[in-house]
Amino acid sequence: MSVTQQALSAGRAVGLRTRRRAWHGELIGAEIVWAIAFALPYVIMFFAFVIYPICYGIYLGDQPELYAELFTDPRYLTAVLNTILYVGIGVNVKMFLAFLLSGFFMRKRWWIKALLVVYILPWATPALPAYMSIHWFVNGQWGMLNNLLYYIFGIDGPVYLNDHWMGLACNIGAYIWKNMPFWTIILLAGRMAIPQELYEAAAVDGASGLRKFFHVTYPLMANLYLVCILLDTVFALGDFNATFFVSGGGPAMQTEVLATLGIRYAFTVALPRLGVATVMSALPVLIPLVYILMRKLRPSEGQL
Amino acid sequence: MSATTSGRQIGSPRFYRLQRWGVEALCLMLGAMLLFWTVAPIYNMWEIALDSHDDIFAGALWPAHPSLDSFRVVVTQDFWYLAHFWHQFGNSFIVGLSTTFLTLGIGSLASFTVGRMRLKNGWMLTNAALMTYVIPASFLAIPFYRIMQIYGLANHLSSVILALSTFATPYAIFIFSQYSKSIPMELDESARIDGANPFQIYWKIYLPLMAPALVAVGTYALLLAWNEYLYNFLMLSTPQSMTVAVALAQFLNSDESPWNFMMATAILYALPPIILYYGFRRYMAAGLTMGGVKG
Repeated sequence: MSVTQQALSAGRAVGLRTRRRAWHGELIGAEIVWAIAFALPYVIMFFAFVIYPICYGIYLGDQPELYAELFTDPRYLTAVLNTILYVGIGVNVKMFLAFLLSGFFMRKRWWIKALLVVYILPWATPALPAYMSIHWFVNGQWGMLNNLLYYIFGIDGPVYLNDHWMGLACNIGAYIWKNMPFWTIILLAGRMAIPQELYEAAAVDGASGLRKFFHVTYPLMANLYLVCILLDTVFALGDFNATFFVSGGGPAMQTEVLATLGIRYAFTVALPRLGVATVMSALPVLIPLVYILMRKLRPSEGQL
Repeated sequence: MSATTSGRQIGSPRFYRLQRWGVEALCLMLGAMLLFWTVAPIYNMWEIALDSHDDIFAGALWPAHPSLDSFRVVVTQDFWYLAHFWHQFGNSFIVGLSTTFLTLGIGSLASFTVGRMRLKNGWMLTNAALMTYVIPASFLAIPFYRIMQIYGLANHLSSVILALSTFATPYAIFIFSQYSKSIPMELDESARIDGANPFQIYWKIYLPLMAPALVAVGTYALLLAWNEYLYNFLMLSTPQSMTVAVALAQFLNSDESPWNFMMATAILYALPPIILYYGFRRYMAAGLTMGGVKG
């Protein structure tokens, strides 16, 4: 307690420059050793489990023939198309809905607050149980979805997972279901950070609801929304669980995405080089994304 | 003149009341749809778990003869897929908790060096962390599998723990460096003047003040470990070393899967993270607003 008080009074007494310099650039002797020792665990981890696997992956997938083989492989081309649809639809539809819902959850009603608590549930549920349940939920013969359709409308629903496009739609739907609450919370936090005075000032100037949105909410949320989209694009690109557990890549490997196809080639077909090449073919998209995100997420640039 | 009359109509109390009711009704409808969307797959899980074995394929909307028998089978390990259930549950806990503590330890030490001690070229560490944060884990799985064999860690829990910590630590560094900006530098300095060495500052000043961020990141790391399947599946293959995630997925291998047992296992597996999440929800919100998060 006294240390804290001393520190605060000392901080006020000395000027800003000396205060900053105390740690900055003035590490002496043993302190440099300490600093390096503190950083060492992460540095070792980074080299042993990030740099080494990346280099090893590049070494495994560096033969041009592999890519020639891939580009004539119809399963690979289907997987590329699936990945584009999965990421494009999965990310954008989800983020747009999450953005709308974050506005909905701003309303101050007790039942909306209670609904928010339930609404988080998909995100808190582990991926595996959730996707297995969805797999059974959309089962054509015994699934609950088709039963509901039968009880309510008296129609027999299709066998969703036996069709390329419907299977893909189920995967995308499952991905949206699992992750939408999380992004809603992020966007909700972003909305809550907008000072209420801005809306009051806009109201005084006679702005309607729509104008408030376009002149206050939209400009202040645009950057956050963009970062969320980029971040989730990377996550969706690498998402393995939804495809693997909802459709299992079937029927006949028609709903595979790059992440699952790479694993299947490497471990089921035992062609690790082809598997690595499958995944590496996403690098031309991934590297620019990673670069932009690294610039956007740098801590000095403030909050996400 | 006409403008004022129309204005009076729009502004009449009756108009506003109707509008309010309309908005309220729309909200209620949206809320009901959202509730259905959210709860349906979770309800489905319970419905199947409560079914008796003969009723799974009947396709009922609620269990015809609800019983807790599936849960009894899981808890007493009364089915051959579940013969090592509690052992595997323990493995899941070991993996989850070790990942959490390793992430917190390595992440807080690194962020202390970069953010508080301002080690020269510390920005390189931050950038390296950011790079790891945005690389999809599933893309590294194939080389990772080989490397774990080279390190001699195949089929050992520590391989999964190290892999998951690698993917959780960048987020920890990211959040910790954001959060530590709110802790006054003067605290470190006065301790330093009083003769504390950096480790004492880290242990006695930095860590206690970082408690909310530690809880948020710890919960995140545990959820990440609990969500992970791919690395568990690739690295752990014997029944003794498996985690529940791998054991659960085994149910999908056979044709006559007892889905009720599987869903009961799934529910038991899902309970710890859900309890943890709702227990630490306040801290999570604090952590989330602090910066980006990995989904």
